[in-house]
Amino acid sequence: MLDVNAGAGFTILAREDFSDVTYSLVIRHPLMARAAQPGQFVIVMSHESGERIPLTIADFDRDKGTVTLVVQAVGKSTKEMQQLCQVGTTLYGLVGPMGVPSPLAGKKKVVCVGGGLGVAPIFPQARGFKENGAYVIGILGFRTKDLVFWEEKFRACCDELILCTDDGSAGMKGFVSDGIKHAIAGHSNIDEVVAIGPPIMMKACAEVTRPHAIKTIVSLNPIMVDGTGMCGGCRVKIGDEVKFACVDGPDFDGHKVDFNDLMMRLKRYREEEKAALDRWSEHCRMMNQAPPVLKGRGVANSPMDLPDPFEETLGG
Amino acid sequence: MREQDPLIRVKNFEEVNCGYTLEQALNESERCLLCPDPACVAGCPVNINIPKFIEAISAKDFRGAYNVITASNLLAAVCGRVCPQETQCEGVCVVGESLEPVAIGRLERWVGDYAIKEKWSNVPHIEPSGYKIGIVGSGPAGMACAADMAKAGCDVTVFEAFHQAGGVLKYGIPDFRLPNTVVDAEIENLRKLGVKFECNTLVGRLFTIEQMRNELGYDAVFIGTGAGYPSMLGIPGDSLNGVLSANELLTRCNLMRAKEFPNYDTPLPLGKRVAVIGAGNTAMDAMRVSLRLGAEKVYCIYRRSRTECPARAEEVHHAEEEGVEFHWLTAPVEILDDGKGNVRAMRCIKMELGEPDESGRRRPIPVKGSEFEFETDQVVFAIGTNANPIIGQTSHLRLNKRGYLAAGDDLATSMAGVFAGGDIVTGAATVIEAMGAGRKAARGMKDYLRIRDIETGSVGEAGIETFFGIDLRERNFARIRAA
Repeated sequence: MLDVNAGAGFTILAREDFSDVTYSLVIRHPLMARAAQPGQFVIVMSHESGERIPLTIADFDRDKGTVTLVVQAVGKSTKEMQQLCQVGTTLYGLVGPMGVPSPLAGKKKVVCVGGGLGVAPIFPQARGFKENGAYVIGILGFRTKDLVFWEEKFRACCDELILCTDDGSAGMKGFVSDGIKHAIAGHSNIDEVVAIGPPIMMKACAEVTRPHAIKTIVSLNPIMVDGTGMCGGCRVKIGDEVKFACVDGPDFDGHKVDFNDLMMRLKRYREEEKAALDRWSEHCRMMNQAPPVLKGRGVANSPMDLPDPFEETLGG
Repeated sequence: MREQDPLIRVKNFEEVNCGYTLEQALNESERCLLCPDPACVAGCPVNINIPKFIEAISAKDFRGAYNVITASNLLAAVCGRVCPQETQCEGVCVVGESLEPVAIGRLERWVGDYAIKEKWSNVPHIEPSGYKIGIVGSGPAGMACAADMAKAGCDVTVFEAFHQAGGVLKYGIPDFRLPNTVVDAEIENLRKLGVKFECNTLVGRLFTIEQMRNELGYDAVFIGTGAGYPSMLGIPGDSLNGVLSANELLTRCNLMRAKEFPNYDTPLPLGKRVAVIGAGNTAMDAMRVSLRLGAEKVYCIYRRSRTECPARAEEVHHAEEEGVEFHWLTAPVEILDDGKGNVRAMRCIKMELGEPDESGRRRPIPVKGSEFEFETDQVVFAIGTNANPIIGQTSHLRLNKRGYLAAGDDLATSMAGVFAGGDIVTGAATVIEAMGAGRKAARGMKDYLRIRDIETGSVGEAGIETFFGIDLRERNFARIRAA
C-alpha cells in the first residue's frame, strides 16, 4: 500500500562531493523512488525564498526509498545548496518525478553518452537499457581525470565503457563525440544513441550520428518555472513544432532539435544570475564564510563547458 | 468604494480597491429590494442566498451574513474580489434596471474581510462518513469540492504540485487584486474543516489517478488541474528572449516573488516597453503587473474591439486608469529581434470586424496594407490556454477532442469514482465557475458514495436550523456503500 505522506520532509540522507563543484545528494522520498523512471527529472527548492531548480534524477533506489541528484555548483542557488544541503538537513521543496519517461524496451544495442554533469542522469538510462536486455555501450566525458565519478557504477551496467577526457588524463583523449565515432566504427548495428550533457555537446553528438541515420535521443534542460506545463518558459523547437520540455520531454529527437534556439534562450537570465551570485558571494564574505573557490576551473574553454552543463537553469 | 489613486497604486502591489467601510456597507445594503424571487441567486454560479446575507448586513448581524454566504461559498473574500459580478448576480439585479445594481460583490468581500479580521470560521458539526477523498489541484475548483466533501464528513486530502496551495489564486491573480494573505486565510478555513493539503505532489507522475483509487484507498477522486498549458502565438520571433507567456510572468512575480528579487531568488527582468497580446483578465493582470514592476509603457494588443474584450469591465477600467495604452482591432504579425536574440520591435496589422464567427462575436479581418511597426522590448502573450496534458498522459481517462477531460452532467469522468471540473473540463473560465464546478462534482460524488447530505449549514451563533425537517447535525444516515 502506498503511503502519500512517506515523502514529507525531503531529508538528505547522504552526500558525496565528487569535486569542489560537483556533489550528490541522496534524498529520502519512498514514493518518488517507487515512481521514478529513467529520463525523468525533479524540481528542487532549497528554501522558502529560493528558486525552483530542475534537476534530472541521477539514481533511485526503490528498496531504500531514495532518489539521488547530482548538482553542479555554478550559480547562486546551487552554490548555496552546496553549503546548506548537509546530511540530516531537509529541502523545502522537492516535486517529481516530472517529464515523460524514456522508452527503454525493445532495443538490442544502445550507446549511452554522458558529458560533464550529463554523466549522472545518463546512469538510470544505461541501467534501464541493461535491465531490458540491451547491449549497452557507455561513453562518459570529463575534462580531466580528477573530475571522473561513478566509473564503477557504469562498468557494472555497461557491456563496454569508453571514458573520454579532454586532456587525455584518463581513458581516450577527446570529446564524447569522438567516443561515439569510435563506437560506430566498432559496431554497425547500433539501434539508438542517448546523449545527455550541455547543449553544445548534445548538438555535436547528433551531428556525429546524423550521417549514419542512428536514432539519437537528447535530454533538454531549458529554463523552467513550474515544470508542469503551465508557464511555457521551457518551450523548445523540435522540427516544425513547439514543445514544452517539462511535459512533452525532456527527451527529444536530437536530429530535430533546434539547439541554437535552445542555447539562445538559456542566456535569458545571465545578467540577473550574475548579479545574484555576486551579491551572494559578497554576503558570504561579510558573514566570514567564504564560498568555495573554483580553483581555476571556472573558465569556459572547451565545448563541454559552453554553456554550463546543467547549469541550474537560470531563473528556473 | 475607495480606490488607491492610479498614480500611486501603479508603483505598489497593494490592493487597488480598498473595500467598503462599515458605513458604506450598511448604506449599500439598504439598496437591496430583498426580492421574493431573486434573480441574483440564480445568477450566482454557487447560488449564494444573496438577499438573505444583505438583509443580515443591514440588520447589523454580520455573523449571520457570514453564515449565509459560507453556507454556499467558503471563499467570500476571494469571490467578492474576483467574480465577474457584472455578468452574474449584479448583471440581473432588478435595481440595475434603472439605477446602479446593488454592489453584491463588494458587500460579499466586506463580509469576507470582516470575518477574516474577526477570525471567524464556520466549522459545522461533522460526523465522519468514513470515506476518503483525494482532490487533485488546490485551485478554486479543488478547494470548493474539498470544502463540500469535508462538510459531508469525508477525510479529504488536496494534492498540489507547487510548493504552496492555492492554484491560480496564488500564482496567477496578483496581490493588488487578491492578496495572497486573503487566499491563505481562506485555505486556513478549509484546514479547520479538516482538509489536508499535500504540496510538492505531482499527481499523475508521483502516483496515478488509477493508483489513488486502487492502491491509495481513495473512495472518490476529483481532478481540478486547470487549463494551464499556454497557447503559443505561432508568429515569427515568438521564441526570442523577452517573449513570454502571461502565466510565466505572473508566476514569477506572484508565487515566486520575483518582484522582490534578489531577496527572492527568482529573477524577472522587465522591459521598458511591454506589449501584452490579448485582452482577457490574465492579460489585464500581466499589464498591470508590468507597470508596477517599472515598465514605462505598456500596450494592449487585441485583434477584436473593446466590445468583445473578455476581461471584467473593472479590470479594463483600472488598466486604463493606470496608463495602459489600448490598441483595439490590432493583431501581431511578427516579433523582430535586435540581432542578439532579444525583442526589439513588433509588427502588427490593423483589423476590422466582419460577420459573426462560431463564438457569436464579429470575426476580425486584416485590413490590407495596414501593417505597422513599433518598438518594444518585451512581448507577453495571454491568448488563452490549452488542456494540461499530464493527467491525460498518465491515466486512461477519456478526453474530448481538444484534450480536456470528458465529463458528464454530474462531472463524472469515464472512470468510476473519478470526477473532474473547472478549466480541465471546460477550458479556461473564471474562478467562480471553477468553484461552481467543484461543488457540482461534490454533489455527484456524494450521490456516487450514497452520502445523503443536505446542502450545508453551520451550527454556531445562528443556532440549529432544520432543512426539510432534517436536523442539520444529522448526516449521512442513509449511507449504503456501493457494491
